[in-house]
Amino acid sequence: MISTLRRHRRALPERPRSSRIAPLYGALALALLAGLALSATSGVVDLDARSLLAAIGSPFTVPDDDRVAHAVLWELRLPRALLALLVGASLAMAGAAMQGLFGNPLADPGIVGVSSGASLGAIAIIVLDIDTLGAWTRPTGAFVSGFATTWLIYLLARPSQAEGDNARLLLIGIAINAVAGALTGYLTYLASVEQLESLMFWSMGSLASVDWTPVWIVAPLALAGIVALRHQAVPLDLLALGERQARHAGVDITRLRLALMALTALLTAAAVAFTGTIGFVGLVVPHLVRTLIGPGHRHLLPLSALGGGLLLMLADLGARSLDPPNEIPIGILTASLGGPFFLWLVARQQRGSR
Amino acid sequence: MLRLERISLSLGGQRLLDDVSLHCPRGTLTALIGPNGAGKSTLLGVMAGDHAPTHGRVQLAGRPLGDYGIRELAGQRAVMPQDSVLRFAYRVVDVVAMGRAMRDLPPDEDDTCITQAMQDMEIASLATRNAQTLSGGEQARTTFARVRVQATPLLLLDEPTAALDLRHQERLLRLAAEWAAQGHCVVAVMHDLNLAAAHADRLVLLDRGQVVAQGRPWDVLDASRLERVYRQPVCVLPHPQRGCPIVVTTHQEAP
Repeated sequence: MISTLRRHRRALPERPRSSRIAPLYGALALALLAGLALSATSGVVDLDARSLLAAIGSPFTVPDDDRVAHAVLWELRLPRALLALLVGASLAMAGAAMQGLFGNPLADPGIVGVSSGASLGAIAIIVLDIDTLGAWTRPTGAFVSGFATTWLIYLLARPSQAEGDNARLLLIGIAINAVAGALTGYLTYLASVEQLESLMFWSMGSLASVDWTPVWIVAPLALAGIVALRHQAVPLDLLALGERQARHAGVDITRLRLALMALTALLTAAAVAFTGTIGFVGLVVPHLVRTLIGPGHRHLLPLSALGGGLLLMLADLGARSLDPPNEIPIGILTASLGGPFFLWLVARQQRGSR
Repeated sequence: MLRLERISLSLGGQRLLDDVSLHCPRGTLTALIGPNGAGKSTLLGVMAGDHAPTHGRVQLAGRPLGDYGIRELAGQRAVMPQDSVLRFAYRVVDVVAMGRAMRDLPPDEDDTCITQAMQDMEIASLATRNAQTLSGGEQARTTFARVRVQATPLLLLDEPTAALDLRHQERLLRLAAEWAAQGHCVVAVMHDLNLAAAHADRLVLLDRGQVVAQGRPWDVLDASRLERVYRQPVCVLPHPQRGCPIVVTTHQEAP
């Protein structure tokens, strides 16, 4: 009896706001399916419903009469839409967890500098031509430098008892981004013409020319990160009381901090390794979810994952259909949505604190 | 329940506690009193396990305090801090429930316990309010309800009544005394000597990190001792109804 109780940390009791939670799960899941269908059907090559259905029905056998439809669906659009979904979910979840860790709703992998730290690792792997782990080399590099960056930021911007550390965290973000930018610039300067081309997309973030390999690599990382993070929901809630009070209530702060940093770095690395830095998803999505269902992490984390996946999939759809046959880099799209949102958030917070 | 033997604590070259020994048995409410900077909150921090003493031993329920794991300790003692932080817009009921989130107690009692604690502190009507928008007193009541639902044998309170009005000061201390009377142990840092005298079983008077006196209210609250420690002339009178001492300040300058 005791041992079963021990394993299940109880979630906080649910009252009024919970009435919104189930419909939100349903709506997001439906929207994700619709978005996936839309991503599969729209694009430069027009596919009619019949050949599309035929292609969906036969994932492993290529029909002779409709080779194009099959290739477009299975080799181009689906892996791309799925990668967008995974990357968006990872970024949004990492954002939500990071906001909980720093106790600051403005924390986001991009703004705080974790994304640029992780990209720096990936870029170093490209430029220095390291290939020890095959296709896994780049994500590993991104994870290692992403984790180191998170650690550094946390040491510098550790939330204190006093509130209103926003400015400090953002200043550190500026500095980290600047340093990572300088190192990236230096690596770019070292890069060969060939490498330059593949570096280009880091600066803007892109999902172009995606095949199944990144999907198979990102999927387990993202899913593992999401599942593991979901287990930290209750301690994350208690962390909102401040470190000392959370410890008094039974949270092992040192372990929680380490777990959160490793998991956010893992998720950011998974997101960044193949698509470059895509900003603001981790900022916008958790914020919207929080205003709908409140800050409890038990539902905030999974709903942010769903919302982030949806947002990035739609953004990618926009990126490739706004100006066909060209593609707008998706990072530019998310930044032009997220930038103003961020400014609004800062302005609103300032008003609230007075 | 809680036993401190010859505790000393130095931080940054400063001796904050000096040879403090005291015993807080089950069934008692102990109040730590003394002037500003006497080391009351520091002593409470030692009892909470926040600071390991430089010298001396702390025993909780017969075991050294340092031997407890973090989660295990949270099952033994709860701490009400002087000021509480809340970083996101949780509702009052969520904040109260946080006290219980990491406890291994039967889940079916959670709701009753949480509702009871909120009714006791008269915050039931605030249950769905954003806890970040509460007044100082409402915050303190929410925090007390949160540490109450943690339901630990040792309850440590750091100036629990500082932000409260008269009614809620009485209410909170009565609840704390009741909790103690049920066989638990409560230690509270208090500034208000009259509240301490009215509700505590034992007082511990601290000055510059040392225990000056400890015992029952009438024994500790001696006018000349208080004048020496607080450097302020006082009169000690019997309470007209409760019979406990009350301390009032008087005019004449200390020599």
